Amino acid sequence: MEALIALTIGTLTGCGVYLVLRARTFAVVLGLTLLSYSVNLFLFATGRLVVGLPPVIGAAASHADPLPQALVLTAIVIGFAMTAFVIMLSLRTRAELGNDHVDGRDSAGQS
Amino acid sequence: MTTVLNWLDHLVIAPVLLPFAAGVLLLLLRDQSMVMQRSLALLAGLLQLGLTIALLLQVADGQMLVYRLGNWPAPWGIVLVADRLAAWMLLLTSLLALCALVYALGGSDRQGRHFHVLFQMQLCGLAGAFLTGDLFNLFVFFEILLIASYGLALHGGGPLRTRAGLHYVVMNLLGSTVFLFAAGLIYSALGSLNLADLAAKAARLPADNLGLARAGGLLLLAVFGLKAALVPLHLWLPAAYANTSAAVAALFAIMTKVGIYAILRTHTLLFGSSGGELAGLFDPWLLPLAMATLTLATLGVLAAQNLGQMAAYLVVASVGTLLAALALGLPGIAAGLYYLVHSSFSAALLFLLADAIRRRRPLAGDRFTPDADMAQHALWGSLFFFAAIAAAGLPPLSGFVGKFLILRATPQHPWVWAVILLAALASVMALARAGSALFFNTTAALARTGNLAGTPVAPLVPLAAHELLAIGGLIGLILALTAGAGPVLDYVQATAAQLADPALYIQAVLGAGR
Repeated sequence: MEALIALTIGTLTGCGVYLVLRARTFAVVLGLTLLSYSVNLFLFATGRLVVGLPPVIGAAASHADPLPQALVLTAIVIGFAMTAFVIMLSLRTRAELGNDHVDGRDSAGQS
Repeated sequence: MTTVLNWLDHLVIAPVLLPFAAGVLLLLLRDQSMVMQRSLALLAGLLQLGLTIALLLQVADGQMLVYRLGNWPAPWGIVLVADRLAAWMLLLTSLLALCALVYALGGSDRQGRHFHVLFQMQLCGLAGAFLTGDLFNLFVFFEILLIASYGLALHGGGPLRTRAGLHYVVMNLLGSTVFLFAAGLIYSALGSLNLADLAAKAARLPADNLGLARAGGLLLLAVFGLKAALVPLHLWLPAAYANTSAAVAALFAIMTKVGIYAILRTHTLLFGSSGGELAGLFDPWLLPLAMATLTLATLGVLAAQNLGQMAAYLVVASVGTLLAALALGLPGIAAGLYYLVHSSFSAALLFLLADAIRRRRPLAGDRFTPDADMAQHALWGSLFFFAAIAAAGLPPLSGFVGKFLILRATPQHPWVWAVILLAALASVMALARAGSALFFNTTAALARTGNLAGTPVAPLVPLAAHELLAIGGLIGLILALTAGAGPVLDYVQATAAQLADPALYIQAVLGAGR
């Protein structure tokens, strides 16, 4: 299971980094989203992976670490708000600069 | 422990709550008259200044005020910690914010919606970031100050501002992701997020977790380096600062210092003398990064095409100087804390002057190209001369005191002298060129030599009250910092001494038993 989680996080991060380095805002926003997915999974795994245990002390023989779950929840909320903001901002850039290049100019070099 | 609290116990959280409450109130009053919103914002700014002064007086004797949110005991609940460093940064923030706010009242707060709400939320995030004693809470306050700063940076609109804003937002969102990775790594290695608890646990870190903790620590340095605009993560700053409105740029002079503060806090607390295997994790990085930042930023200063851009590169250069100071041990940190205040004030002053000059040159704005002879050029020339002396760190102003102290702290690194002094020389040259281009290279002079036919006339824009108050206030603060260098130095030296002993912080938060 550790290998699968690690592979998933690694793939998501790799794809996210690749997309963030693209020149169009749509790809960049998608990359940021993938990165926030991967970091949420990563945070979840920082409490060590356990199966079928409640995050409550005394309810079972052992317990899952509840703190990373709280952290993930916070990170998801913040990440969601930031994604909404960056989508609005890239739409506005598209409207004001006339194209969706991150530097506001198309490949032909016109500004 | 008594459960009855007096108001002094809540003084620590007040600088976070006051701007938050003011921001919410301003949001509710958004349809009311501008006069009312402005008076409320100004009142909140003045109250914040009073609060931070009161907090500074409380902690000046070396006491550390610890505020346990919800009264949860320390490693489990979130704590706010006011020590000398936090109080110092808070006072700087509220002084700078008041000057920026006064300047914005001149009219730039009308250019978009919700300026005052965002401004107060920015102050809330800044105060929280300086006060918090919890790594994840630091992330949350970073997000609060960042999302407010996104709104402020875009305030007023325009294609250039939007484009620079997009870069700023994307870079900082990436930074936030990396921050989460770093916090996760540190939690998985050390099992805590409370800064004091982390510092206590770092000393007895199990060997097989050392790699995780080191990776997390260095990722933290990368994130804070992005906030502080260290090379090679500085590229977002010049465009974002040069293209935003002047009052916002003046407030943003503190934003890079948040990164510097976070580096200093983790450098001295988590990876400080008591850090066991992790002690000195940042040591091999700080000085080379500082020198690279200073060098590249100085080249940027030399190449700048207008005054706003030049001021932005001077901000990056001052970050390089500051980081060099932090790498130089106890006397260096004291000198750095003095220079930090000076560099924030002088950067803000230069941004405000750039805007004031831009409004008085009809053709070129603040670009270094010929324009009509400015009305009241003696006044603006003198003000620019003052700001240039402050920014370059020449005597007799406080920049010289700060740089002198930093140089005195570097006996074992003679090459640091060379870089800092050469950078200062280059800034002097660039600022002198800027001054002559703005004030002497007029179209009238061009017309006399036959290079231009017909001369435009600069409009007489009288000195407005907001300009007088904001620019005059910053000049007064720089003069006060120069004249009061003695007492200020006593304070920053005491601050550095407090930072050098992480046990004080750990004891204050976790209690003497640990």
